[in-house]
Amino acid sequence: MSESAYPDQIQTGARQRIKTFRESGYGWYLIPGISFFMLLIILPFLANIGISFTQWQGIGAPKWIGLDNYTRALGDTIFWTSFKNNLLLIIAMTILPTMIGLLLAVTLFDYISHQFGPGWASFLRAGFYLPQIVPVVVAAIVWKWIFQPDWGVLNWMLTSVGLENWTQNWLGDAKLALPSVMLMLVWFQIGYPLVIFMSGLQRVDPQVYEAAKIDGASWFQTFWYVTIHMIRPEIAVVVLTTTIAALKTFGPIYAMTSGGPGNATTVASYFAWKNFFEKSNVGYGATMATFITLLVIAMTFLFIRVQEQHED
Amino acid sequence: MTNVPLSPTRPKTFRWDSVTKYVMLIGLLIFLLIVLFPFFMITINSFKTEAEYLANGPFSLPRSFDLGALKATWDLTEYSTKLMNSLLISTSTAVLAVSLSLFNAYALGIGKIKGRTFFLMFFLMAITLPVESLAYPLYYLFNQVGLYNSRLGVIIATAALHTAFGTYLLTSVFRTFNKDLLESARLDGCNKFQLLFRIIVPLNWPTLSVLFVFFFIWTWNDFFLPLIFLISNAKQTVPIAMALARGERGMVITTQSAAAFLGVVPAFIFFLLFQRTLTKGIMSGATK
Repeated sequence: MSESAYPDQIQTGARQRIKTFRESGYGWYLIPGISFFMLLIILPFLANIGISFTQWQGIGAPKWIGLDNYTRALGDTIFWTSFKNNLLLIIAMTILPTMIGLLLAVTLFDYISHQFGPGWASFLRAGFYLPQIVPVVVAAIVWKWIFQPDWGVLNWMLTSVGLENWTQNWLGDAKLALPSVMLMLVWFQIGYPLVIFMSGLQRVDPQVYEAAKIDGASWFQTFWYVTIHMIRPEIAVVVLTTTIAALKTFGPIYAMTSGGPGNATTVASYFAWKNFFEKSNVGYGATMATFITLLVIAMTFLFIRVQEQHED
Repeated sequence: MTNVPLSPTRPKTFRWDSVTKYVMLIGLLIFLLIVLFPFFMITINSFKTEAEYLANGPFSLPRSFDLGALKATWDLTEYSTKLMNSLLISTSTAVLAVSLSLFNAYALGIGKIKGRTFFLMFFLMAITLPVESLAYPLYYLFNQVGLYNSRLGVIIATAALHTAFGTYLLTSVFRTFNKDLLESARLDGCNKFQLLFRIIVPLNWPTLSVLFVFFFIWTWNDFFLPLIFLISNAKQTVPIAMALARGERGMVITTQSAAAFLGVVPAFIFFLLFQRTLTKGIMSGATK
């Protein structure tokens, strides 16, 4: 969220003010936090990596098999389907919402707010944000109901406007299931970039726009060279957090399709869960979880690097 | 466009600007209606009988205002129990996570203990960590110590995860805390415990309440950990119950709508309740 962006600004500005206030004895206050952290995060994290080198059913002694799970994964079609689907979810959760959110934010901030007053802009912003406040699993349940093949809202709507032969088994058809889930996710995500970009736009000095206007910049040039440039930190935060969220997607798949039909909508974390708790292939599930972790870490580093390069 | 305001002094001039202006607004309002349409659908169809739905379809307004579907879903999912569980888990997790973050940030942001950059990196790393990479070992560990299928297990695991973000945020805020105030308090004989609870906590109350609200809502919305840890019906949370309800026998189109509706309502209530805390907290953070 945007909150993770602002402490940095406070931090740098205030660093000079901090005088020498140093005392010992504060270390005790770290003990509860560090204990929780070691026991509930570090230990399980390392154990998971350990398990990924074994064959284990969750009971009895794990059998060390080295990198076998990893080589098996690379030759497994479901493994590749899962990550391909995660990539498609990045389109639905990051790329489309960021683009739509950017357009909406600029329209509301620059146009609606000037022509009709800021009240209209905040009203529209709050409205588009509403899907974001429900748990994503509940959003998935809402849409599963809409996509219901026999009596669902979508098929009913198509029938009532005379498009009866367009009706589909939206979540039951291997070709349509993932696009249907993606539609739900776009709907769910739009509000997040919108709110963050609008707060970012408030930061931008109006004089920059006036300067651009005087220089004869067109609307598109202003948008491309001024707006996007100015709110790049917000864009980076949104792209990073939503990409990571897309790589971790579990609930919507669980609630809408259970990865099906077949493996058409399986994603990495659903595949890991299935190996852990349904197939009792704990070692293989742990390998899957390790792959997700590696991807998330790689993404984080990549974005930090890109950010640094732009700041230079 | 009949309501385009024409300037009375120049009645002959047709102003394209105003037309575009209203076309834009109407376009955005139509888009908003499309976005809100799913909520409208589950609301009206939760108050219909199955027969009415099948006869008139999803778009007609409910004629009888029937509470049967909602009541059936409420009973089937044991909704009261699920609400209590969700409230208990979310509140406890938020309190625990805020407390742990507060202590961590006190040591790292105010105390500036040795190696704080290392510790901070440590917590920072955990913010993005996928929960899948902890899930099985946690599940195994909790099974060994009797925390499996217990709300306490979910609370401590979720709190540990949220503490990572809380520590990072609070440490950044505490670093800007007025050092003169701290020094004079110490000179007046305030010990470290009093310093934390008499000075730091009251002065950072808005930030702490925003953090509480975040943690509460994140925990309420959580799915993965509660799904794997809470297997008995009496302990599950609202999102889990609503996701599992679909598979139950006797679920028809209107009760499915009611399940979605019962999942959405608490979220809307929290949004209305917490909106002011969030705006106030963020504003006070900005003016500091």
